[in-house]
Amino acid sequence: MNIDSIQNGIVIDHITAGKGMKLYDLLNLDELDCSIAIIKNVQSKKMGRKDIIKIDADIPVNIDVIGYIDPGATVNIIKNGERAEKMNIRMPSMLTNVIRCKNPRCITTTEQELDHVFKLTDKENKVYRCIYCETKEERII
Amino acid sequence: MRSVLDIVDLSVQELEELMQTACDIIDNPEKYQEACRHKKLATLFFEPSTRTRLSFEAAMYELGGNVISVSSAGASSAAKGESVADTAKTVSCYADIIAMRHPKEGAALVASRAASIPVINAGDGGHNHPTQTLADLLTIYRERGDMNNMTIGLCGDLKFGRTVHSLINAMSRYEGIKFVLISPEELKVPSYVKKDVLKKKRIPYVQTTDLEGAMPDLDILYMTRVQRERFFNEEDYLRLKDSYILTPEKLRNAKKDLAIMHPLPRVNEISVAIDSDPRACYFKQVANGKYMRMALILKLLKEAGTI
Repeated sequence: MNIDSIQNGIVIDHITAGKGMKLYDLLNLDELDCSIAIIKNVQSKKMGRKDIIKIDADIPVNIDVIGYIDPGATVNIIKNGERAEKMNIRMPSMLTNVIRCKNPRCITTTEQELDHVFKLTDKENKVYRCIYCETKEERII
Repeated sequence: MRSVLDIVDLSVQELEELMQTACDIIDNPEKYQEACRHKKLATLFFEPSTRTRLSFEAAMYELGGNVISVSSAGASSAAKGESVADTAKTVSCYADIIAMRHPKEGAALVASRAASIPVINAGDGGHNHPTQTLADLLTIYRERGDMNNMTIGLCGDLKFGRTVHSLINAMSRYEGIKFVLISPEELKVPSYVKKDVLKKKRIPYVQTTDLEGAMPDLDILYMTRVQRERFFNEEDYLRLKDSYILTPEKLRNAKKDLAIMHPLPRVNEISVAIDSDPRACYFKQVANGKYMRMALILKLLKEAGTI
């Protein structure tokens, strides 16, 4: 299957197979009007199968979202058809307005203007907790 | 600006300093009676409370300071929809320090980020209540003369009881501590407290439903109330509220120097017949709470450069 290469934009590669759509949703890529390709279940020597997202526009992407969903992914910045930068992704120590606290007793349920902020409290087990009520996030993937 | 939202915001050394200050206040109250002269404490209580609000207010008066107060959400701008952050910013213009109770978890953190004066969390829902833990720690210290090497029994609602979680957190920083967790199955200590505190710090603990069986080992017995306001379901509350009632008969096998504690208010989990037992410490705990709040107000106002 062939997908045209992009001139100026972003390629999110090495996405764990099956997580591409979730990344598309959480990065709000549906709001963009440029060309976007989601390629699912691509053969990979390293990973067996992987997903890839190609964005045909030089726009800022929220690296924290990628690190939260799939810290093994890579982000390549493409300029004039060439890879200008390769970014390795890590789990972010803080997540702001990516996920919402589900605890009905949390202050974020009544104070609508508050940012929903989660802190990485256990890197080994990928546990994030709400900074206000310390409730563990419910993994969305 | 330094605020105290959680007991772990204070190091073991700071706890030691606060306990020393509180003991000095008890021995030499006249030394402190003008310490906060012309300073104001704002008590913002958006949830009903008798002990904690009065304790803070008495603490500030005994330091020679003044108190301005909101005693219910209905009597404040919160009823008009004002945010916690805006309330904290406004009150910062009137007072030198805030003590705040709010039904929502994390409200004190929001207030502390907005305020330009120190904020003391006087209880944020079922989350944290650090000054109750300060009262508990001073009581343990004064009853036992040491904070190390003891077996602490926690009994009752160990699931929703915020004082229990804070006390576990605070005491697990000392040496030679063992916990006996006594509760009905439905009200056991949450797994994250066991995993993140007890197992992580390798603190020995046992879980049991049998209060009398655990009694002979205990140096401290910390009773708690099953709190109606933490239940969404009235039936569950009614079923569990009388799970443990401490009576003189149940103390038959207890140590002679056991300290019986309770954060109060009690409903019926400690029989009034125990009040005259010299091992009953829960009213001393109330007094200790005031002295620790005095020590904390002094510390935070000193650090803020206000006094």
